Amino acid sequence: MKEKIIDIRDIKRHFQVGEELVQALRGVSFSVEEGEFLTIMGMSGSGKSTLLNLLGCLDTPTHGEYYLDGKPVAKMTKNERAIYRNRKIGFVFQSYNLLPKTTAIQNVELPLMYNHNYSAAQRKEKSKQALISVGLEDRMMHKSQQMSGGQQQRVAIARALVNDPVMILADEATGNLDSRTSYEILTLFQELHKEGRTIIFVTHNPEIADFSSRTIVLKDGRIVEDKVNSNVKDARRVLDSLPNEND
Amino acid sequence: MNLNNLISIALRALVNNKMRGFLTMLGIIIGVSSVIIMLAIGEGSKNTITNEISSMGSNMIMVQPKYNREGVSRGASSMESIKVKDYEDIARDTKYISGVSPYVASSGQLIFGSNNHPIRIEGVNQDYLEIRKYVLQDGSNFTETEIKSSAKVCIIGKEVVDKLFINDEDPIGRVIRYNNIPFRVIGVLKAKGASTFGQSQDDVMIAPYTTVQKRISAITHLQGIFVSSINEDYSEKAMSEIKEIMTLNHKIPEGKEADFYVESQKQILEQIDTITTLITLLLGSIAGISLLVGGIGIMNIMYVSVTERTKEIGLRMSVGARGKDILAQFLVEAIIISITGGLIGILFGSGVSFIIRLASGWAVTVSTFSVLLSFFVCTFTGVFFGWYPAKKAANLDPIEAIRYE
Repeated sequence: MKEKIIDIRDIKRHFQVGEELVQALRGVSFSVEEGEFLTIMGMSGSGKSTLLNLLGCLDTPTHGEYYLDGKPVAKMTKNERAIYRNRKIGFVFQSYNLLPKTTAIQNVELPLMYNHNYSAAQRKEKSKQALISVGLEDRMMHKSQQMSGGQQQRVAIARALVNDPVMILADEATGNLDSRTSYEILTLFQELHKEGRTIIFVTHNPEIADFSSRTIVLKDGRIVEDKVNSNVKDARRVLDSLPNEND
Repeated sequence: MNLNNLISIALRALVNNKMRGFLTMLGIIIGVSSVIIMLAIGEGSKNTITNEISSMGSNMIMVQPKYNREGVSRGASSMESIKVKDYEDIARDTKYISGVSPYVASSGQLIFGSNNHPIRIEGVNQDYLEIRKYVLQDGSNFTETEIKSSAKVCIIGKEVVDKLFINDEDPIGRVIRYNNIPFRVIGVLKAKGASTFGQSQDDVMIAPYTTVQKRISAITHLQGIFVSSINEDYSEKAMSEIKEIMTLNHKIPEGKEADFYVESQKQILEQIDTITTLITLLLGSIAGISLLVGGIGIMNIMYVSVTERTKEIGLRMSVGARGKDILAQFLVEAIIISITGGLIGILFGSGVSFIIRLASGWAVTVSTFSVLLSFFVCTFTGVFFGWYPAKKAANLDPIEAIRYE
């Protein structure tokens, strides 16, 4: 039996918007094991963003329990959650969220800057390794605005990898990219998955689910479907089958 | 987070946003330097005036005739109230004075060879040089005999020498003509420069008062008496002695206004001091306003630049920065910007003050007070308004901050 990375039990999250009480999550339970590639899908308003924030330790549930890597997160203070984000989670956002005017390597170093266990030399070395693993070894000194969307997203993925997180949390990570670049990024995620990383990919795009090992579908704050994908598509193959842009 | 990481985070953020940093700094630089310059000019004009007046002799006392405001007639006689007897009595009967000189003056034209120069000839005695703090560069002062005999001798200032002796001749012993009366030059004064009020103090011609009285103006009265007290502290006592003698001589009844007045340089100095204090106050309030405006400028740019970085703050928090890491970073950035800006402002302000000093010749002085005041007000404003919005941003939910546009 593999270790449980995520274990959430009966998570509820309510928001008070004016007079109205919005129930974004109405009791969600599931667990994620090490090495899974999970897609969380749902329409907008289904509660997937709220769930993502909770999973990413950016928010705390109104009710329920959340164990991340064995530790209860729901009761943590803001600072404890910040440290947990720093050590356990790698974020990849739809809009990359790189620091502007900053080189790729400095962007990747960022999480380690907030972790005093790393010396400057270790930090540099790790960031280099992360950039090499996303195929950007020749772009290290490029600044954010000098790179294409796909390259920026790779930098963001490298930044998510650099602190050796227990899971990578991707929020519509291919949402801003053209289909070819999207497949490139998906290929990268699949490679990372093969290396044994746990990946949670939040999206509204059903196609992406075909490339993951498991899919959870949310609707109105509840899980309506949770299935293991036995026929995982290979993003590399799709990529190769795409017509070459030069043709 | 350790200090090394904190500083390198702050420095990276600054280096990546040079323009923003520079603009913020500019507010502080202008704030600090304008205050320093304003106060330096104020202090400088005050010092200049005070120095000039002291160099005229701070123990100097002047006795001058006074227009009598009573009655309609203001005949010439009221200007003739000071007599040679007054001078002689003052010279004889006072204890607290070190020098007395009668004073008569007239204006005319000086000629030497083909050069001429308009001049005011001052008729005095041998004490006059000491009273007015003139120093002989060449030649000698008048002798008692020359005064008694109304000798046609004179002492001239540097400017007169330059105007008349254009070929660098030695003026001593030469004869120059004042309104066609020949005067032998017996002394040349050391240059003194311009006075506070812009007049040259080197454009002078000094002759025995007897000579001016008899040979030029044909008068027997004096136009004034110059006195120096033993030192500044005795000025008051010397003045009352002089007033006593004059009142007696002029038979001024008690309660009636005198036909003369006695004024000391010290009094003038005090009056001028009030004026210059006013100038400093005025410039000071201008400086205060620039400090306020500068402070508001710093406040605005700091506030805006931190607010526009909300997204960056959210991003940093999402990768694990705690609220206090964010605060520390912004505080360090604000401190670096404010202190650098403050120091540049001090250098710039002092530099400009120095240039003004060179260009104008005023004793423009940068005071420690102005440096400290402006530096602390501006850096404090900078740091505070760098910190305060950052604190607000650091309290945001990371996800709210990161979605901030």
